[in-house]
Amino acid sequence: MKSKSFARRHKRYVPLYLMMIPGLLYLIINNYIPMAGLVIAFKQVNFRKGILASPWVGVSNFEYLFTSKEAFTITRNTILYNLVFIILGTAVAIFIAILLNELRGKFSKKFYQTVILVPYLISMVVVSYLVNALLATETGFINQTIIGALGGEPVSWYSEPKYWPFILVIVNLWKQFGYQSIIYYATVVGLDSGLYEAAAIDGASRWQRIVHVTLPGLRPTIITLTLMSVGRIFYSDFGLFYQVPMNSGPLFDVTNTIDTYVYRGLMQSNNIGMSSAAGFYQSIVGCIVVLLANFTVRKISKEDALF
Amino acid sequence: MVEKSKTFQIIGHFVMILLCVFCLFPFLLLIVSSFTDEQVLIREGYSIVPRAFSLDAYEYIFANAETIFRAYGTTIMVTVIGTVANLLLTTLFAYPLSRKDLPHRNVWSFIVFFTMLFNGGLVPTYIMWTQYFHIRNTYAALIVPTLMMGAFYVIMMRTNLSQNIPEEVLEAARIDGAGEWKILVKVVLPMSLPIIATLMLLVGLSYWNDWMNGLYYLTQKKYYTIQVLLNNMLQDLQVLLTNSSAASNVDMSSMPSTSIKMAIAVVGAVPILVIYPFFQRYFVKGITIGAVKG
Repeated sequence: MKSKSFARRHKRYVPLYLMMIPGLLYLIINNYIPMAGLVIAFKQVNFRKGILASPWVGVSNFEYLFTSKEAFTITRNTILYNLVFIILGTAVAIFIAILLNELRGKFSKKFYQTVILVPYLISMVVVSYLVNALLATETGFINQTIIGALGGEPVSWYSEPKYWPFILVIVNLWKQFGYQSIIYYATVVGLDSGLYEAAAIDGASRWQRIVHVTLPGLRPTIITLTLMSVGRIFYSDFGLFYQVPMNSGPLFDVTNTIDTYVYRGLMQSNNIGMSSAAGFYQSIVGCIVVLLANFTVRKISKEDALF
Repeated sequence: MVEKSKTFQIIGHFVMILLCVFCLFPFLLLIVSSFTDEQVLIREGYSIVPRAFSLDAYEYIFANAETIFRAYGTTIMVTVIGTVANLLLTTLFAYPLSRKDLPHRNVWSFIVFFTMLFNGGLVPTYIMWTQYFHIRNTYAALIVPTLMMGAFYVIMMRTNLSQNIPEEVLEAARIDGAGEWKILVKVVLPMSLPIIATLMLLVGLSYWNDWMNGLYYLTQKKYYTIQVLLNNMLQDLQVLLTNSSAASNVDMSSMPSTSIKMAIAVVGAVPILVIYPFFQRYFVKGITIGAVKG
């Protein structure tokens, strides 16, 4: 009797289940099988034998990885760059969102919004060409026009690591600030206009209005976006750290991140053991960071947590 | 007070104009350089001041148009097929999840959500696609590995559908005797055109701009998209940059020269720059929808 009602209950939903099958299959193949595939970090991969028959080697891949100097470098680079991107990116985006909101002129505001989003739409490969047009040693705009005009010595940008932390931060800011500004601006525009009217009646200055109405109104968006970025703190934009510095060897100390390290190990130096160990490390710690970040937000203000 | 406000407006607009120049300056450099004579470029470098106008770079590109046009064709095909397939998978998956009466709805949603928390990363994914599905050097390599984009869009669409489609509407259709498929096609799809259009734009953009699938899975030139081609030329340049002893062995006549490099980058970037202003509204909408939690 019970099984009959079970069948009847589910029969209604058969079409819905059918709709979900392609997507589920895709997720199983593209996402869940590779999760299980993380175990290769504990194997010595031998393509001729296949993954399943490759011999287990315990944690030796991890021993090699963590006794190398690179493990520290890639972790430091990934986390530090992300922290700078988060702090600087958020500050700039909030500044621009508030500025846009305070400005008058419907057409010019629309124009600014359109233009600042342009860099976001361009692929990192094209960005690398743009950066190269600026930094190329012989023909680059900075060496030829700017340093040339000032009478200084041309800089060999692609072999001088000391400049790259700044270059990468600027390039990332250039590409992302429009996107983030638009999100914050949309939030500001959506704030309750009654609060602004009340502030105006109370004779609040522009500055007071921003500090007491706009910024508190942005709080949930700031928390959500920061939480999402903090959750990705163990991941980096591969194109930014691989293409923009042109994969230049002398720069590795300041441009190598976990993602570029994994890629080079897999595709270039054929060091799958260390590469998969680094990938395993990224997946596990990355997941822990997301859970911790969300847990922390839940403790502080429950309604702002992501899950 | 009025004076003060006027000063603020002037400074504010000035700051925004500076930022716009900051955003557009590299593009200007790129475009002007691509129209500049090769010898002048080598002597004086890239500049935003137009000097010695020349179409040589573009003539070279069109003389060797086969590679470029082929890559363009591949880009368009991949973008169209990828976007349609992606939206199909996403919509079909998101609609049942948006139904509050779906049995074990939370379990299904969690299966999607979990892929955003945890993933296998590049190495297992790469080995699986190349060793078991043999997608290396196929057109599928450009489409399949990014078909669902981390499942984020499924969550986005699920939330959007469950907020925008009232249960009464679905109930009314059911009373009229419509089956689930008919409800999806005749009722749900027409009501969710805005979110579908917005997602199409975002997915289409990421297919158009994608070069990583090509980097991972392609070695044969005939499968290259325009971005993969650009990326490949950049790597030729890297050989020159990082290894000057190897450079002397490279046949320089086959290398893209200074202005051609810029012209090809223009060719890769311009279609987006041209169509973007017409879709600006939808891009902004897509970005702001994506930012709210699903």
